[in-house]
Amino acid sequence: MPAVTETREAVEKLAKSSYEWGFETDIEMDIAPKGLNEDTVRLISERKREPAWMLEWRLKAFRSWLEMKEPDWAKLKHPPIDYQDAHYFAQPKKKPGPKSLDEVDPELLRTYAKLGIPLHEQALLAGVEPAEGERLPVAVDAVFDSVSVATTFRKTLEEAGVIFCPISDAIREHPDLVKQYLGSVVPVADNFFAALNSAVFTDGSFVYVPKGVRCPMELSTYFRINARNTGQFERTLIIVEERASVSYLEGCTAPQRDENQLHAAVVELIAMDDASIKYSTVQNWYPGDDEGRGGIYNFVTKRGICRGARSKISWTQVETGSAITWKYPSCVLAGEGSIGEFYSVAVTNNHQQADTGTKMIHLAPNTRSTIIAKTISAGHSDSTYRGLVRMQPKARNARNFTQCDSLLIGDQCGAHTVPYIESRNMTARVEHEATTSKISEDQLFYCRSRGLSQEDAVGLIVNGFCREVLKELPMEFAVEAQKLLQISLEGSVG
Amino acid sequence: MSDFLNICGLQARIDADGTPKDILKGIDLDIPRGEVHAIMGPNGSGKSTLSYVLSGREDYEVTGGSATFKGQDLLALDPEERAALGVFLAFQSPVELPGVNNANFLRTAVNAVRRARGEDELDAISFLKTVRAETKHLSMSDEMLKRAVNVGFSGGEKKRNEVLQMRLLQPSLAILDETDSGLDIDALRIVAEGVNSLRSPDFSALVITHHQRLLDYIVPDRVHVMAKGRIIHSGGPEVAKILEKQGYTQFLEAAA
Repeated sequence: MPAVTETREAVEKLAKSSYEWGFETDIEMDIAPKGLNEDTVRLISERKREPAWMLEWRLKAFRSWLEMKEPDWAKLKHPPIDYQDAHYFAQPKKKPGPKSLDEVDPELLRTYAKLGIPLHEQALLAGVEPAEGERLPVAVDAVFDSVSVATTFRKTLEEAGVIFCPISDAIREHPDLVKQYLGSVVPVADNFFAALNSAVFTDGSFVYVPKGVRCPMELSTYFRINARNTGQFERTLIIVEERASVSYLEGCTAPQRDENQLHAAVVELIAMDDASIKYSTVQNWYPGDDEGRGGIYNFVTKRGICRGARSKISWTQVETGSAITWKYPSCVLAGEGSIGEFYSVAVTNNHQQADTGTKMIHLAPNTRSTIIAKTISAGHSDSTYRGLVRMQPKARNARNFTQCDSLLIGDQCGAHTVPYIESRNMTARVEHEATTSKISEDQLFYCRSRGLSQEDAVGLIVNGFCREVLKELPMEFAVEAQKLLQISLEGSVG
Repeated sequence: MSDFLNICGLQARIDADGTPKDILKGIDLDIPRGEVHAIMGPNGSGKSTLSYVLSGREDYEVTGGSATFKGQDLLALDPEERAALGVFLAFQSPVELPGVNNANFLRTAVNAVRRARGEDELDAISFLKTVRAETKHLSMSDEMLKRAVNVGFSGGEKKRNEVLQMRLLQPSLAILDETDSGLDIDALRIVAEGVNSLRSPDFSALVITHHQRLLDYIVPDRVHVMAKGRIIHSGGPEVAKILEKQGYTQFLEAAA
């Protein structure tokens, strides 16, 4: 098809529905009143045109949630959250967005520029809105780009037999798969925040990779473009059949602002025999101002199960944002010889708090897990690595290797490592290494005497510290993540 | 007095567990363009402190005197500004940077300095070409470029890496802080050749050393004897020979 025709078609489509390929709810939809009760849950299910079983599932989750208490074991401090003081459906209409990049906070643009984000994507990320009745060239370009690219992607995926769609679509179009797997890894009553998510989730993705299919592309590329306005309660379900594989990236290196302070996502991964799932996250939610006011609270439940023999699940995360992070991407190693991996960089600055880590549950023989956690604390922030390695009685010859390294910048911050090790099998082997270090004056002076600025020196040293984790990220994101780390720590030294 | 490096009555102290300790007690030193000067002196005489103060380490507080370089007040500049101006310090104990790829570090440094000097940055390919030629010259393996900066390097490798950086950054004033310590004779020769190869009417060096041996390879124009934070004697290359034979005693007594 000539490019011109394709362009015209794409533009026409665009005119009809800007959100056709996005994961966003209809902006014109009405708003549920504040508060959370059974009616709220029913309203969500109804507006999403969900089948009855889904509503029952949500209600079950909601009833469990009512009985549960917010967990208090994490090393986090925040004022009590009033769950009744929030809208749970169709987020309140946003204040009018900026009309052009000229109206966007220059500080935000400075950060985008440093990350090397193209101008048209900057407009998207900053939420620039086209004026009434006309389209700003910059915004049109950007939207057009993402629509056309997304269309190409969708076609490629369809040809491979991969299902990749919003979770709400999957509930209607692939009910059998959803019914079978939703909540199979993270049950509705798993924990307080997972129960809340199960009751009220509205956004998220669904991925299904059939037997023997290697997903023909990184789902990251798609996401990079569609990363605006991710929901407050996201639900993601990824199922990878025998000998199939997928690499999925969520999040965005650009700072994301959101009017909803509370975020509680659930991600479930299922890997069958010889399947492999690589799940990478770059999280840069608004951390609040220098005093920590107004930042996002991010309570996330992520868990994958290696159901099949020799299957593999690998979590990689770079966490730089949010005022509070509560997050433990975990692997249940149920298939013989299956592999779980967790690579993490968590950066906290100013008054940010992070309590993050992983759980590796070894159920089957010859299972292996690797944990590499890098924690960087600066300013008045506090960061905790919390990790559980459990060897169940049947986990013969299972192995785990854990390495936790903390890097402190300044003398007002804290870093803590809390490993839990439970072994019920004599043949299982668990190794744990931990280090704590500071960026030394010697290192900074050495770099500066070679002509590097203080900030470049910190960036270089921090990236060196995180190298083992960053190399696990898809290439394009690794480069951005490096810059992101440096930006997150600006002004933290000297 | 030259218009190149001019140090006048320089005093500096360091905070030693809460009590300030005076280390430099009035250094006068003038190094004209194109000359190599050596400073020798017993341990604790303040030699390393002088090199740190000149390159801008913040732990030291300058309490008096001045240092100008190419007409600029050197002491008012940040370490990176001094590097851009042409000051290079070869460290006595080069610092390890875990996880930081050596080639990446070198290129970042070279480009930072080039930028500050108003020159074009080197792209990855031309940089690699330059650096390969240099490593060959210094008998360094390319493998050292792939490792983390100074991590797991032997003493000799670290010093070669310093000389490599010096050659890449093309300073007009190199300060070598006991670069010869812990070097075997072959490594010593390579380091000395690295310095000698830069010798030109536009390159000066301040060589700080304990041993006369290094000065057999890098023949200085002037030798200064330093003790207790002061320069107590200056002379030609023959001073090093006298020190080697007779030690510091006669100079110390003469100064007392």
